[in-house]
Amino acid sequence: MKLKKVMSVALCAAMVAGCMTTVASADEELTWKIGGIGPITGAASAYGSAAMNGAQIAVDEINAAGGINGYQVEFQAEDDEHDAEKSVNAYNTLKDWGMQALVGTVTTAPCLAVAPLAADDNMFMITPSASAEECISYGTNEFRMCFTDPAQGTASAQYIGENLDVTKVGVIYDSSDVYSSGIYATFRTEAENQDFEIVAAEAFTSDSKTDFSAQLQAMVDAGAELVFLPFYYNEASIVFTQAASIEYSPLWFGVDGMDGILSVEGFDTSLAEGVMLLTPFSADAEDELTQNFVATYQDLYGELPNQFAADGYDCVYAIATALETTELDPSADASAISDALQAAMLEISMDGLTGSGMTWSEDGEVSKSPKAVVIEDGVYVGL
Amino acid sequence: MEKIEKMKQKNLKSNLITYAIVIIAFAIMQVWQISGNLSSLLSGLLVPICVYVILALSLNLVVGISGELSLGHAGFMCVGAFASAFFSKCTAGIITWMPLRFFLAILIGAAAAGVFGLLIGIPVLRLRGDYLAIVTLAFGEIIKNVINVFYIGLDSNGFHVSMKDQFSLNMEADGQIILGGPQGITGNEKCSTFLVGVILILITLFIVLNLINSRDGRAIMAIRDNRIAAESIGINITKYKLMAFTISAALAGVAGALYSHNLSTLQASKFNFNTSILALVFVVLGGIGNMRGSIIAAVILTVLPEMLRFLSDYRMLIYAIVLIAMMLINWSPKALEWRERLLDRFFHKSAKEGE
Amino acid sequence: MSFISYLINGISLGSVYAIIALGYTMVYGIAKMLNFAHGDVIMVGGYAAFSMMMYYGGNPVVAVLVAIVVCTVLGIVIETIAYRPLLEAASPLAVLITAIGVSYFLQNAVLLIFGSTPKSFQSVVNLPSLKLANGALTISGTTLVTIASCIVIMVVLTTFINKSKPGQAMRAVSEDKGAAQLMGINVNGTIALTFAIGSGLAAVAGVLLCSAYPSLTPYTGSMPGIKAFVAAVFGGIGSIPGAMIGGILLGVIEILGKAYISSQLADAIVFAVLIIVLLVKPTGLFGKQIQEKV
Repeated sequence: MKLKKVMSVALCAAMVAGCMTTVASADEELTWKIGGIGPITGAASAYGSAAMNGAQIAVDEINAAGGINGYQVEFQAEDDEHDAEKSVNAYNTLKDWGMQALVGTVTTAPCLAVAPLAADDNMFMITPSASAEECISYGTNEFRMCFTDPAQGTASAQYIGENLDVTKVGVIYDSSDVYSSGIYATFRTEAENQDFEIVAAEAFTSDSKTDFSAQLQAMVDAGAELVFLPFYYNEASIVFTQAASIEYSPLWFGVDGMDGILSVEGFDTSLAEGVMLLTPFSADAEDELTQNFVATYQDLYGELPNQFAADGYDCVYAIATALETTELDPSADASAISDALQAAMLEISMDGLTGSGMTWSEDGEVSKSPKAVVIEDGVYVGL
Repeated sequence: MEKIEKMKQKNLKSNLITYAIVIIAFAIMQVWQISGNLSSLLSGLLVPICVYVILALSLNLVVGISGELSLGHAGFMCVGAFASAFFSKCTAGIITWMPLRFFLAILIGAAAAGVFGLLIGIPVLRLRGDYLAIVTLAFGEIIKNVINVFYIGLDSNGFHVSMKDQFSLNMEADGQIILGGPQGITGNEKCSTFLVGVILILITLFIVLNLINSRDGRAIMAIRDNRIAAESIGINITKYKLMAFTISAALAGVAGALYSHNLSTLQASKFNFNTSILALVFVVLGGIGNMRGSIIAAVILTVLPEMLRFLSDYRMLIYAIVLIAMMLINWSPKALEWRERLLDRFFHKSAKEGE
Repeated sequence: MSFISYLINGISLGSVYAIIALGYTMVYGIAKMLNFAHGDVIMVGGYAAFSMMMYYGGNPVVAVLVAIVVCTVLGIVIETIAYRPLLEAASPLAVLITAIGVSYFLQNAVLLIFGSTPKSFQSVVNLPSLKLANGALTISGTTLVTIASCIVIMVVLTTFINKSKPGQAMRAVSEDKGAAQLMGINVNGTIALTFAIGSGLAAVAGVLLCSAYPSLTPYTGSMPGIKAFVAAVFGGIGSIPGAMIGGILLGVIEILGKAYISSQLADAIVFAVLIIVLLVKPTGLFGKQIQEKV
């Protein structure tokens, strides 16, 4: 028993020591400190690590080009495991580190926990991909790089109603996920104004996402000509494979979470032939910016970047662009930087990976238009 | 008789030490916080630590004292969290004095979880060992799944419930969504403080320790040690098992209430199998039936992953290795033997030198 | 017709659960421990087969064999390092917690090696779909192979346990460890063998799981692992036919529940049925009722 006590005391001591070392040493060279929060481990880690990797590339580029207002940028990514509580811990860790602006959080549920804290601290935050409306509703310091759920649901329904000749639409969505069920809800609402009918809406949950045969069979039985898939490419790859195995081939329509389907290693891209999606980013775009980014990303991380990486990258550039319009240097405190950035964000117009001429409104929402693309021969083709 | 008296005194002393540790830890943290030297991370961790300590204590009551394995304790925490947050959200405009509302919310969270504990316990406690474990696991998963599909809104006409989506609630314009399916309950006021957390820990400790040292507690432990012998001397097995289980569920509900009033958002997906398992890890690592151990284990294992952040990508890997190593050191008969020998040699030596 | 289609899909999913559940049940029967890392061994098997097929251009048979070897070795290593020292520990819960630790370890090790982006698994099965009733019913090749392998494994395993010498040793150890030792059975060796077989089965399950549901991440194994554990309990933990029937029933209930009751509540339905079954038959469908001696 004694040893146990000694050990626990030692462990506690080590922890206390860990907590003490947070006092920042001031004589370091002045740098901007940008923090990032997203799931780097856990079931949602594919999204978080992509966003953090994208942000890191942007930071490296900015540093190579001389930094922001002449000062280098430091970026630190913290893991939140897609858990609200861990996200708050990550936020506090970054605060101790001396964070001056936050790129995060990547996923919606943790963002809802961190956003009120950031509003209280007046910490500038821009979320790459948390798409629920409430995520940035806590203060004027909060901005967003991606579309909101309602915007996507409505835009998808309108696009289907106006451009496609279908009358029976089926939906499969993740009822345990805020993003997916949020888009589905607005899609349904907007569908009532369009001349197609939702003939089947089947859900799955994060605990039962291995098998989609029941949902697909329901689509077949309802005679759906188009199936709307408002969820991530990870599950979509299973849906396509299983649909192919029962030889069901309706029109598929996805949202921005579908982007990345072509880069799933080992995925037979012919299964995704004819899939339509609304996405702000495509890794196959011809422009120089995208191509450079994709090349760098592949070099560093050995895979194709998805939209999360692009969102993370654009977030850092948005902060940089806004900071450059101010005269600030990194000695300013986070709150002063936040005030300056809030004003600057409304002024800037930025060309990024996920859109050109992006501007932000006072409620923090970005204005950019989604591109509708269709997958043909394994690449995106604009519609 | 004298022996029993001695034992009682020893128990009392040990219990007092446990209370004292909690209070001293509280005092130290409080001074540290007031002096302004406490990092944001640690001050943010104070309430979660209290939550997990309470959860660990409550689970230890089932696992250590009653001798049953529960793999769904997060389910009770979930009930407590949602019931209390739901209450707080509904009455935010009615009971304006926050401490009273929070107090009532905690009571409601505990009561709701306790009722669920009772309802689950009645049929389920007939099962033994691993079968009981699996039913509690199943219960935890069901709770999570069911909360995820419920949408509840409140407007001037009262409550609206839907299992489809928030638009099928058909609310008036002044309606407010209280429970939003997978999005859970958002926009909660942060009421939990370290002080409240520590008071709740002390109350939990008081309940658990008093139960253990009471007549009822001894009956519960008698059932754990030998069910048939206990039955043969006329102990009502179902009653006592149910008592331990319900109290434990209610305490888990308290942990849930504290949790849900600490973050502005509450999702059912938090209370999954992993959270139940985490609670079990606290209990086993701290020593089954050892309340002080549970407290220490809960604190260490809550703080450890945060302290390992400097390892970045390797953080969770190292955490896993530390966990396995701690288990082997604390539980393996060989390691225990080796430890004994080492300590023996060490202490004998020093004892001799002292002579 | 769609009912039959649901049923077949349910049996297919259930067959995967069943093979995983066999691993759980064998280990439980002998070591009396719940090996919560079993689901993650499946995931490792999936990654092993995936790497063979993607990076070494291996053919499917080689990939499956490599996966089996990798998992078997992994199973033995885990047993030796993490479980064996604790089998005699004061509480059976100790080894349960190390199993959790091993589970975290495997998930995070694979996360570091392969990254978090999902891998899509090219089916190891290249059979054409079977069409029945003028094309109204389509059964995929993978489904057929999954069901067939499940039956084969079940038969082989039952024969092995009942007829072979090591199989008899396993039964002896599961019945009474002490007596088995006195009869000259190598208890530790038998337990290690059980782990090896269980893990080898996990590899097969991993390949089948990923072939039928081709999305492989470091967390792929955990939910099917838990479901299979439920299946094992469902059928009566420790019983091989029980695990089989339990797994298949679970798959069928899950799919039919999704199809006819509510796709949102499918999990709740599965678990509710489990609770009801256990209340009626407290030791599962095929579990042995053990008389307690006073």
